[in-house]
Amino acid sequence: MAIISRGFSGRRSATDAKLPPGQYLTTDFPVLSAGPTPHISLDRWEFTIDAGSNVLKRWDWKSFRELPTETITVDIHCVTRWSKLGTSWEGVSLDVLLADVKTDLSYAMFRSYGDYTTNLPLKDVVNKQAWIAFKFDGADLAPEHGGPARLLVPHLYFWKSAKWVKGLTLMPQDKPGFWEGLGYHIYGDPWLEQRYSGE
Amino acid sequence: MAGTAVLGRVTWRSATVVGLHDETTNARTIALAVRDWPGHIAGQHVDLRLTAPDGYSAVRSYSIASAPSSDGRIEITVERLPNGEVSPYLTKELMVGDDLELRGPIGGWFVWRRDQTEPIQLAAGGSGIVPLMAMIRSRASAGSSAPFRLLYSVREPGAVFYRDELRALSDQDQSVIVTYAYTRVTPKDSPRPPGRIDAALIATGTWSPNLGPTSYVCGPTSFVENATDLLIAAGHGRENIRTERFGATGERK
Repeated sequence: MAIISRGFSGRRSATDAKLPPGQYLTTDFPVLSAGPTPHISLDRWEFTIDAGSNVLKRWDWKSFRELPTETITVDIHCVTRWSKLGTSWEGVSLDVLLADVKTDLSYAMFRSYGDYTTNLPLKDVVNKQAWIAFKFDGADLAPEHGGPARLLVPHLYFWKSAKWVKGLTLMPQDKPGFWEGLGYHIYGDPWLEQRYSGE
Repeated sequence: MAGTAVLGRVTWRSATVVGLHDETTNARTIALAVRDWPGHIAGQHVDLRLTAPDGYSAVRSYSIASAPSSDGRIEITVERLPNGEVSPYLTKELMVGDDLELRGPIGGWFVWRRDQTEPIQLAAGGSGIVPLMAMIRSRASAGSSAPFRLLYSVREPGAVFYRDELRALSDQDQSVIVTYAYTRVTPKDSPRPPGRIDAALIATGTWSPNLGPTSYVCGPTSFVENATDLLIAAGHGRENIRTERFGATGERK
């Protein structure tokens, strides 16, 4: 039974219907990071796919940018409760990056510059569900928002969309990444409000 | 290095407002007695839920300002945002005796634990002081001798939170060395013109990287980006800098 807050009415709007439970709309683009923003030069940047010790695929910036790209317009939902609707990105689909990777491993740990990690089931990053994005609103992605390139996996809470991404490691079993090891939910579905572990 | 964060399940608890006082003209500290409060670590936050009579509810996160204690009480300091949905209620309508729901504590990264002995550099932008104040208070209540410095960037003298307490702590054998950086209006005796923190202030107002400090930087994104870039340029390792940014996380517009 909820406690009623005397004199509180709150604000509601028609857009609430499009928001997952407990989220509110923002027109800003807030930033959440655990540490300093890394500044990665494009001539040092690379993206690799490995299965533990063996590297399966590797791109430098030039070869990455020669891959076919898509423009994506999606709603994003941060675990800190803001949602932003209709955000516009350009990126390379994980379907393209994983096209020639033959694996029976079911999970991926995405790795970032700055040592951030986040875990995802492989089935959540294929079939037009995830991209490595390098443009936001038509401009190069700013470092504080994850540039040069970040993961974009908009159907999960936005911490899963790892900034400064540099690769993924295929894994036989799921295991927690950075925030997941600090009490946040292992999967993070905003529509089920899976914010913290145990929810 | 990081431990586990959220301890056990995060359940909603009832809390009663037991004290209110204004920190500035638009920020208020709220003391809460929380039923079955499990205790917290300095730097953690709570989710606070308000519910309207028709069942509509809104949840916001607020950093805990008080030191860990076993009496089931915590304090938060809330700054009123002009178009906020929740903060105007908390800073103007709420009265002693009102009940709220909250859950927590939450967060296991941006925390200072009492067994940390290395020098600590705190850098606050505006209301980013709140979780850092919990660390300063935790240091004092634990009798820790970890050397603390605070670099506190605020718009103007009237916007400083916890002024008297910070003065007392810094007078008291300099246990916490406090340096203010005023961005818009300075006090009359200020040696420095108003402005953002810069390399010169980092050089004089923070620990040298040679001392091996851990830094905690909290504030709006622009402040955090600037402060962390300056700390790194001064020689601090990025692995020793922890950040917490609050956007214009806008409450609603």
